[in-house]
Amino acid sequence: MKSRVRIEAESICDGFVAAGAARFETDILLQAEVLLDLYGEDIRARAYVTTDPERGEMMLRPDFTVPVVQYHMAGDGLPASYTYFGEVFRKQEDHPDRRSEYMQVGYEEFGGANAAAADADVFGRFSDVLAPLGLRAATGDIGILIAMVRGLATTEDRRAALMRHIWRPARFTALVKRFAGLAPVPPSRAALLASETPLQDAGVMIGLRSEREIETRIDALRADAAEPPMSAEIVDLIAAVLSVSETCPNALEHLRDIAVDMPGLLPALDRFEARCEAMARRGVDVDSLPFEASYGRTSMEYYDGFVFGFYSEARPDLPPVATGGRYDALTRRLGQGREIPAVGGVIRPDLVLDLGGLP
Amino acid sequence: MTIKLGVPSKGRLMEKTFDWFGARGVTLTRTGSEREYAGAVDGVDGVDLVLLSAGEIPRELAAGRIHLGVTGNDLIQEKLVQWDQKVEPLARLGFGHANLIVAVPQCWIDVDTLDDLDGAAAAFRARHGFRMRIATKYHRLVRDYLRRGGVADYQLVDSQGATEGTVKNLTAEAIADITSTGETLRANHLKILDEPPVLESQATLFRSRRAEVTDQEWADLRALIERLGL
Repeated sequence: MKSRVRIEAESICDGFVAAGAARFETDILLQAEVLLDLYGEDIRARAYVTTDPERGEMMLRPDFTVPVVQYHMAGDGLPASYTYFGEVFRKQEDHPDRRSEYMQVGYEEFGGANAAAADADVFGRFSDVLAPLGLRAATGDIGILIAMVRGLATTEDRRAALMRHIWRPARFTALVKRFAGLAPVPPSRAALLASETPLQDAGVMIGLRSEREIETRIDALRADAAEPPMSAEIVDLIAAVLSVSETCPNALEHLRDIAVDMPGLLPALDRFEARCEAMARRGVDVDSLPFEASYGRTSMEYYDGFVFGFYSEARPDLPPVATGGRYDALTRRLGQGREIPAVGGVIRPDLVLDLGGLP
Repeated sequence: MTIKLGVPSKGRLMEKTFDWFGARGVTLTRTGSEREYAGAVDGVDGVDLVLLSAGEIPRELAAGRIHLGVTGNDLIQEKLVQWDQKVEPLARLGFGHANLIVAVPQCWIDVDTLDDLDGAAAAFRARHGFRMRIATKYHRLVRDYLRRGGVADYQLVDSQGATEGTVKNLTAEAIADITSTGETLRANHLKILDEPPVLESQATLFRSRRAEVTDQEWADLRALIERLGL
């Protein structure tokens, strides 16, 4: 089985090389610090962490994205595309029946000045490679959600809080309710706000978080409590955006209707439209391509634009056969001031074989 | 072969377990010298006593090397992935009560809920340049709890003992640990978040779903369970 998966992986990878991508290789043992800083504690639930007596915490490669971004950004910065294949390792606590060690084939494009064209190109390549399997495609756009939050008529603090939790849907919804005054204020918060000198009863100050930091947060809570609640209209608009799920052209039209009351969406919708046009030119059947505004919100939080996945309708028990998207923000985080437009994705050759393989 | 009953090998947990079985007509005793981990079962047939560290009982149950075991459900749920497919709780024994909780410094008067913890964590990371550290040995349970609570910008740091002291020693900003009375927390100037605990634990009798049993062992197991009134 493993040798067949490797052959399948190699053949997909060769296809990307033939189309002009450079082969990329990297270590299996990665420095954990960068990944932990990027993804937070949740990554520990998904990736294997081990320790090296000299190099500290190391992680078994959970994906290739971070190494390939680091590699590209250490280079000359000219536009480039890469392809790779190799094992990745993920704990499967919630699905012990799923593989914890499997192969990924990836394709990543850096530096494409025309984002719509690059998105369409990457999606088109994956769509072409996987076409024989008859998979269902799913698409979304985190950039639309970011634009929605950025454009909300509310305070900067509230926008920042919502922005932090775009990737945690339940928490996001809870915050919207709280800002709209639809959730009860916890008694502890009410008591804190009612007290004029709350720090008098604070007792012994211990720990690294200073009295000054506590004061600063209380000031912020007071300022927020003095703000009027977010209007019911805004709450409805947010819910309307998040529930959009139809074909790309209909989704675009629907979102443009919403944008009449939420003009902050417009630049992101123009990008969505440009991408649809670029996809159509690339030969993608955009008219029947599904679009879900909430798609990709529960994945690793580095996608910040177009997102896509390919699923087997015949085998709904399988994880997605391919996933990908745009991650400009990740290059900004890793690039120490520099940012390079980046979009790419991965295919799981083991699942391709489970579904009968490519001719 | 015999049914193997795993019981904590020392301390109050062992004594209370012996009492619980004794009250139901099954006498558990340690045999041999004070230091030898051997035991005997009287009152039922075909049951052997295996004295083990409470922390090892989940693993032995999951591996099917013991048929029954007494341990806290905190340890079962922390150590076994999909625990309910590996063991079946037969009885809560009514002792060894403890809650797994998240605690923060008492001086954090602005933090009482998970929502507050998340807000404080965001500001802490922005101010200090690293994620707020929460010391614990219950990594899986706590991570899952905080994820469901929507807390971001934190990191768990491992603490296998004296966890309440980590905040004062500046190796963590908050802790997640087992507490029964909360006294140690108060003594270390910590307070429990005003939220449901991560887990409510007590000593529990578990049956392994993985241990293989012959017809005879099955009959002995049934007789024991009946004797215990379960």
